[in-house]
Amino acid sequence: MADRFPTPFEIETPPGAEGWQELYPYSVLFSEDRREYEESQFWFQDGVHLPTVIPPWDATFYEYAFAGLGQNNTRHYVIPPARGVDFRTLNGYAFLSPVGVDDPAEIEARVPHFMERAGYYYEHWNELYDQWMVKIRELIGEMEALHFEPLPELEPLEVITSGKGLGSGYRLIENYHRLLDHALKLWNYHFEFLNLGYAAYLDYFGFCKQAFPNIPDQAIAKMVAGIEVDLFRPDQEVKKLASLAVELGLDDAFAESSPDAVLAAVNAHPQGARWMEQFETSKDPWFNFSGGSGFYSSDKIWNENLELPFEFIAGYIGKIRRGESLERPVERVTAERDRLVSEYSDLLASDEDRQAFEAKLGLARTVFPYVENHNFYIEHWSHAILFRKMRDLGGMLVKEGFFTEADDIFCLKRDEVPEALFDLYSAWAVGTTPRGSHYWPPEIARRKRILEALRQWSPPQALGKPPEVITEPFTVMLWGITTESVNSWLAAGADGGGGLSGFAASPGFAEGPARVIQSADGIGEIEPGEILVAPLTAPSWAPVFGKIAATVTDVGGIMSHAAIVCREYGLPAVTGTAFATRTIKTGQRLRVDGNSGEVTILD
Amino acid sequence: MGHVIRFEDYTTTDRAVLGGKNASLGELVAAGLPVPPGFAVSADAYKEVLGTAGLVGPLAEAVAAADPDAGGRARAMVSSAPLPGELVDAVRAAYAQLCRRCGRDDLPVAVRTSATCEDQPDASFAGEHETYLWVRGADAVLEHMRRCWASLFTDRAICYRAKMGYDEATAAMSVGVQQMVVPRTSGVAFTLNPHDGDRSQVAIDASWGFGEAVVGGEVTPDNFLVDKVLGEVSKRTVSSKEIEYRLTGSDRVERADVGDDRRTTPSLTDEEIKAVAALARRAERHYGCPQDVEWAIDAHLAAPDNVLLLQSRPETVWSRRPRASVSSGTAGGYMSIVNTLVSPLHTRRTASTDG
Repeated sequence: MADRFPTPFEIETPPGAEGWQELYPYSVLFSEDRREYEESQFWFQDGVHLPTVIPPWDATFYEYAFAGLGQNNTRHYVIPPARGVDFRTLNGYAFLSPVGVDDPAEIEARVPHFMERAGYYYEHWNELYDQWMVKIRELIGEMEALHFEPLPELEPLEVITSGKGLGSGYRLIENYHRLLDHALKLWNYHFEFLNLGYAAYLDYFGFCKQAFPNIPDQAIAKMVAGIEVDLFRPDQEVKKLASLAVELGLDDAFAESSPDAVLAAVNAHPQGARWMEQFETSKDPWFNFSGGSGFYSSDKIWNENLELPFEFIAGYIGKIRRGESLERPVERVTAERDRLVSEYSDLLASDEDRQAFEAKLGLARTVFPYVENHNFYIEHWSHAILFRKMRDLGGMLVKEGFFTEADDIFCLKRDEVPEALFDLYSAWAVGTTPRGSHYWPPEIARRKRILEALRQWSPPQALGKPPEVITEPFTVMLWGITTESVNSWLAAGADGGGGLSGFAASPGFAEGPARVIQSADGIGEIEPGEILVAPLTAPSWAPVFGKIAATVTDVGGIMSHAAIVCREYGLPAVTGTAFATRTIKTGQRLRVDGNSGEVTILD
Repeated sequence: MGHVIRFEDYTTTDRAVLGGKNASLGELVAAGLPVPPGFAVSADAYKEVLGTAGLVGPLAEAVAAADPDAGGRARAMVSSAPLPGELVDAVRAAYAQLCRRCGRDDLPVAVRTSATCEDQPDASFAGEHETYLWVRGADAVLEHMRRCWASLFTDRAICYRAKMGYDEATAAMSVGVQQMVVPRTSGVAFTLNPHDGDRSQVAIDASWGFGEAVVGGEVTPDNFLVDKVLGEVSKRTVSSKEIEYRLTGSDRVERADVGDDRRTTPSLTDEEIKAVAALARRAERHYGCPQDVEWAIDAHLAAPDNVLLLQSRPETVWSRRPRASVSSGTAGGYMSIVNTLVSPLHTRRTASTDG
């Protein structure tokens, strides 16, 4: 077995992708200038958030994310052993390297700052979280208020009479800058709480493992899991709409083939108005929901792809007709959670331990709503708005002849957009022709060819020499990457296959035919009783969990979406297998052991 | 007379006359645990037989003589004492009822001693007395009951009592009669993990056939860990089980090689693993302290009635150590979050997911 992965400098450019480096900022490329440092680090591919090639503009969010992560870890809370994550793009894929603090004296020196700063947040968590909700909704309002409109022939008279002296060209460029500012602010807010939340959770997790060395991870998670979670709201809204459709007798409308036809049939129905009223309420904000991780402009948002929620509504209508209940087993989940807490607590050695357990569990439960819910507000709702606004801007530039379709804008780096906008603005100002209409169409065609060539390439799981043990807490927690998983990647590289094992993320056993799904587009193919095999799952896939037998994912740990939802639904799950979607083929019979983390292909 | 007491009729007041072993089985049955059915002949019956036959004085003299033949003379006296008709009738009736209950005539039973001295928890007579297996028919049961009584006067038992300073006059013998179980699989279970003392787990050793193979360490058993609270199997190790003890056609138990096809097959299904763990946990709850139990999966019964408890006694290794506090010595409040972030997490994950 090899003891290291290829270095970044051994990776070649895929044929046809020459020049890919121009599609990303110079700062995220591996380069000779920093070679010594870059070769000394261990880099892993971020399959949790960015499993495929990142279009140039989409890289904005991931770059902002890791800047926000580092800033909060290092400059705000001074997390003693963890500074954050360094990131690079190679052949269009994101690679991350955890940046820790190795010197014990330095860790020690960081502790008082952490205690003061993080302590303040833990102490005032609920009020700060309430404040966060206000901030994030304000920010969402500001993002929603951004408008990109074609530049007018003449400025309205009001520009003159108000004496502002500023016109549409300025607003266009200003609005784009504001969009980027909002995005950066968004990612600062994202990490305002997240790592502190994870740290408190880890502390509780570690206590449980120390008290009960053999306790399954999912038991620890179950004692904390939230009951009313915003991340589950879109699914609940879809169920509500399905129930209402049946109640009003307009469920036949959902047999129509397109969303437009469904809505036409609903509107034609005498009770249609009542359903439409509920639909409008549910949609805003809960259908600002991505079919993917939320990091890609190509991820389908429910609001803009109504066939996704409508398909789920149709599925739920089928369940209601068969007499099945759509209620989440909230009472059962709550009762089970209380039972686990009381029984593990009874098994502890002393009242002192029970008090410590109660305190840690209490803090874990305090921080957990943020850990679960932020994802809806940031990656789903806010990203949906920002991508939509960018598409509006792209549409405007289509009219100006810069692009052939609105999504072409995502082929530009974020800092190229102001250049293009200035080109347009300055030409419009004087009434001449911008160069963009000549420059961009062939350039975008070239970039699309490069991106397509990059998509044909499979990235290695990691680059460089892994540390002997992975101790960086967030690598383990957020990405589910451990010494064992790194070793299994290395072993698989050696024999070309390797057993499929991952995190025992949700208990139970299941056998059944596999359904390998690469993205949300494949959800419709899933048949009842199948075992879902996917790179990762997204919250918007919730409705499929009602019909599958188990879940196997390539990436993610015990706190990944698939793990959380499967525990909720009582389905076995094995996450972070690395190779499942490459090894398993649809139709093969699988045995999934959610207790041991083993996946066996039976034929 | 009330000298014959079915296990299910046991009450704590019977303890003194039934001896430790019978009382323990009676207590488990009373607690609703699935113990193979049976009955006990009280120590009072033994005393009455001796008294009626006028053997109390001669026995005491024989033991006090302490010559090499003392034990033999005492055993001969006990073996030849006439049995009162009422006792004989009561034992026959209880055996007949047991046969009816188990649905077969000449039910094979285990006849074993249950000395009242065993009440002294620090003076276990384990192994000092007799167990007779595969006894069939009421006559044979009565015959072996006498042998049990006589075993109170083996040379070893006499020496042991002398050494421990027990009064010979109080030494008495109760006898237990219990249905023989033919196990498909059997083994032991601890209501904590014997490797690390983790009280959230039940550790099960299991192998094919009779429990002797596991208890005597003649086989590397399958090993399972079950989380008590979650009720899920948290770790499984299936071993190659080379030998087993099994029943031959003539009520004999023989040691035999396990066929290739079964060696590496798990000796318990997942349902059975959970059932054994639940059983051990019930025994632990009943006694209020960690237990070390013997169990068997009856080859002739169907689930869920096939999981039987044969014995339960307190776990002694970890239970005697003071339990380490998890919270003491760790920093209070948010400082423990710092420690958590600094300490490697990988070991924690390894502990829970290997195997």
